[in-house]
Amino acid sequence: MRLARAVMIWATLALAVVVPILAAAASPLLAWREPVYIAAGFAGIVALAFVLIQPLLIVGHLPGLSAFRGRRIHRWVGSALVLVVVLHVAGLWITSPPDVVDALLFVSPTPFSAWGVTAMWAVLAVALLAAFRRRLRLRPRTWRIGHLSLALAIVVGSVVHAMLIEGTMEFVSKTVLCALVIAAFMKAIVELGAKLKPLRRYR
Amino acid sequence: MTAVLLDRRVLLCAGGAVLVSGVSSLLSPAYARGVEPTRTMRGGANNYLPGAPIVDRIGGGGFWMTGTVRRAGDGAPLAGQRIQIWAHTTEGHERDPHSHGATLTDANGVFRLEMPQIVPAFGQPHGHLAYDSGEYETVFLRPVMRSSKDTSLEAHFVLQPV
Repeated sequence: MRLARAVMIWATLALAVVVPILAAAASPLLAWREPVYIAAGFAGIVALAFVLIQPLLIVGHLPGLSAFRGRRIHRWVGSALVLVVVLHVAGLWITSPPDVVDALLFVSPTPFSAWGVTAMWAVLAVALLAAFRRRLRLRPRTWRIGHLSLALAIVVGSVVHAMLIEGTMEFVSKTVLCALVIAAFMKAIVELGAKLKPLRRYR
Repeated sequence: MTAVLLDRRVLLCAGGAVLVSGVSSLLSPAYARGVEPTRTMRGGANNYLPGAPIVDRIGGGGFWMTGTVRRAGDGAPLAGQRIQIWAHTTEGHERDPHSHGATLTDANGVFRLEMPQIVPAFGQPHGHLAYDSGEYETVFLRPVMRSSKDTSLEAHFVLQPV
């Protein structure tokens, strides 16, 4: 029974990540795009998949992964997320510099750009916060509130960004992935938030 | 029987309305005379290449970019105005020189240029148009297609004399 549950959780996660990527790989738009532009688009999809995986890893809902290993992988996936976000933006910059400059300056005509750029800054901020967590001597509570607030900006920014774009992602698989991203994050917030509460007594 | 209530609130609202309409008409006499000039759209000038050649058609065609050019104020159609057009299409990126072309308006101020099918790029199926000939203020437009399956797109210019 536990095995069946484990298989189902991992299979669902694999499908949630692989299906949108395969569906995007079948997009007719790819025929009219240069390799750099295509790579930039897929970097964005992979980034969204990472945003789904992150809360699952940290809360420890993935069967077979101990809390300790989940945390370690969470750090690795976090670093990889920074990398794919940079690749996403860099690839788009090479494809059309003025469009990316507009987006970064928050003057783009497309409404989804500001959401994406906000999520990008939140990803960079969360990575810096994690890298300097010890040196900043953050209290656990401060760290958790800071990390979760930035994570909220990443989740909301990425989901709205992805949903407003008419691009290579197929609509249904994109919607399902975004819904799972929100669900995984909400579950993590509820569970980590519950852990936050007892700390209040000590204030 | 209907009671006419003239309380303070009604008087203040009515007085405010009279004041606003009266003052605003005094402040903007220039705009009252007719058609206002089209303003450049955000991102309209992105990937603009000056001096696109006048062509019968951009690439293989199949998609129509249409529109009108009029003069600000009286709204008179402007003939012989050069409109430059570019987009991400099935035949090339916005930055590719072969994705760019220009056409002239006819006697009615109407332009029509056939070009390859526009496909979504940077998240929206959109085209770019420019008026940049110097006689009137420069205007860059970036219309978005209602559906990426559309096979035509229109954009209208109202130009302000320099």
